[in-house]
Amino acid sequence: MMAVLTLTLLGAALGLALGIAGRLLAVEADADVARLEALLPGTNCGQCGFPGCAGAAAAMAAGDAPPSCCPPGGKAVALALAEKLGVSLDLSSVLDEGPKLAVVAEDLCIGCCRCLKYCPTDAILGAPKQIHNVLKEACTGCAACVEHCPTEALIIQPMPVGWQHWVMPKPAAA
Amino acid sequence: MGLMEKIFTRSWGVHPRDYKRPAADAPVRVMPMPERLYLSLAQHLGAPARPAVLVGQKVKKGEKLADPQGPVSAAIHAPTSGVIAAIGEISAPHPSGLPVQAIILEADGRDEWSDALTTCDNPLGLDPDEIGRRVADAGVVGMGGATFPSALKLSSSRKAGVTTLVMNGGECEPYLSCDDRLMRDEAETIIDGIRLMLHATGAKDAIVGIEDNKPEAIAAMRKAAAAWGDVRVRPIPARYPMGSEKQLVQTLTGREIPAGALPAAVGVVVHNVGTARAVSEAVRLGRPLVSRLLTVNGGCVVAPGNVVAPVGALVEDVIAFAGGIEGSPARLVMGGPMMGVSLPHARTPVIKGTSGILALDAAQADDRREEACIRCASCARACPIQIMPLEIARHIRGNDLKGAVGLGLKDCIACGCCAYVCPAHIPLVQYFAHAKGTLAAEDRARQKAEATRKLAAARSERLAREAREKAEIAARRKAEREAAKAAAAAQSAGGMSA
Repeated sequence: MMAVLTLTLLGAALGLALGIAGRLLAVEADADVARLEALLPGTNCGQCGFPGCAGAAAAMAAGDAPPSCCPPGGKAVALALAEKLGVSLDLSSVLDEGPKLAVVAEDLCIGCCRCLKYCPTDAILGAPKQIHNVLKEACTGCAACVEHCPTEALIIQPMPVGWQHWVMPKPAAA
Repeated sequence: MGLMEKIFTRSWGVHPRDYKRPAADAPVRVMPMPERLYLSLAQHLGAPARPAVLVGQKVKKGEKLADPQGPVSAAIHAPTSGVIAAIGEISAPHPSGLPVQAIILEADGRDEWSDALTTCDNPLGLDPDEIGRRVADAGVVGMGGATFPSALKLSSSRKAGVTTLVMNGGECEPYLSCDDRLMRDEAETIIDGIRLMLHATGAKDAIVGIEDNKPEAIAAMRKAAAAWGDVRVRPIPARYPMGSEKQLVQTLTGREIPAGALPAAVGVVVHNVGTARAVSEAVRLGRPLVSRLLTVNGGCVVAPGNVVAPVGALVEDVIAFAGGIEGSPARLVMGGPMMGVSLPHARTPVIKGTSGILALDAAQADDRREEACIRCASCARACPIQIMPLEIARHIRGNDLKGAVGLGLKDCIACGCCAYVCPAHIPLVQYFAHAKGTLAAEDRARQKAEATRKLAAARSERLAREAREKAEIAARRKAEREAAKAAAAAQSAGGMSA
């Protein structure tokens, strides 16, 4: 009887203390979210399914999204996020097919200028009734433009690898 | 080397069998001009050159075909007279065999030099900057294989106040003998080039280091240098990688170049002897770098020797000229066997830095299966820069690149000594190349992410600005409309009162 009472009191007292401490010492989550957001590409392309990079950062800080949720960021961003979040990351779950690039199929483009305003990095160059072009250096391959093209002239392709950027394969394990 | 040095200095490097003779003793052969030349636009370290000719244009030998792009780049010239057939792609002389942009020149067979070459009888009377400019105009790059633009090296040495010019005649790679042959046959031109480089860099004296397995070259260079007090020829022990900048400078001057620093940090600049010859030709005769001496060697080459080949000749044409191939080569290499690049096929062009073409037989290629590391540390003893290849490779195998960098991966000069001595045949250099490539790719991804962030910010700023401007214009129009309305009202009111 005594033991039950003691434990009940102890539990109640500690619970109360924890509850008060939780209120008093609450940490604003905003700083964490801002730090995570700084690691994301910042293009708000929406491929993660959250409302922009800020939304994804908030979800990750809350633990609702894995650090590998950013497709255009690839492995590099996933690793940086995992390190910041202090979680281990199984890289095999990250689908990093390497950098991608949007390309305009010149025989299909009608020069309607609709895609231009959806590009988060202003990487598409075009004028009315002129064939558009994608600036390779500015395109992130986020595919935000693809669905807005009425003639399906925008195609996402893997970024071509030049010999200067070729990486020697790792030797097969013995 | 004195006894005390032998006891107290740390040993480094390896002594591979050199296979240099009989190729080194065969007289030089000049390759006839092939029908087509494939001039890669990326023959040098730095940005690729930009074509300055049009398809169908007629050019003469020595005319400029491509301009340097940016500060670290080099011009490319026509190795013969002919017509530009195309500007397209050719398989790069690189293990990947991926395409590289190239100018394709169809030779007309006349091999006429351009009339516009600027010759100079008294180059030592020229301003040092003018020498640098002429070297840049001639597209001269480091001929030892690193292909760094020479003019840039001359001017930066002058700015850095370099006092000693170290000339690399080591040629420590096995099989190669083109520098040896050049020093035997053209010692006078090399010494002239060295004196021009002394003038251009402001260095006080030059030391030519030649490995002691080339007595004929040492004798020829000593004879040619005898007339000049500021050029010394010093035999150095034959040991691989003696031709590596850090090792050569330390052996010749006793100064150690710090990790991550250039030789200029200890008042030294290093050039290859072949580069000195190219500088002399460029400044005295105005002739750009359009051909080079290279060694064709290896167990599968019928007649090994040294060949003068135009830049842009296909490797298969050079081999065919040197007598062709017997048997099936286990490996085709451009450069030396230790640091050269393994070529996937021979339809790739000779570039300015091609010191050799090797067709190795199975015994020479020595492909053996990798076995487990027995932690004997032979690699650590052989490493000339004193890092621990076995530990670094272990980290790379476990994908811990940060750990590998912490152990000095970035100081690795990729000389291959570790892999050469490894009793378990572990491809250590391949591990390091993989890690360095991966790190470079990660760096590029980071830079791209940074650039993307800036672009996204610039876009949102633009959208905000456009919205503001639109609002301002709308407000102004509205104000104008209201003013006009008020004026009209006032007028009609005035009219009524009148």
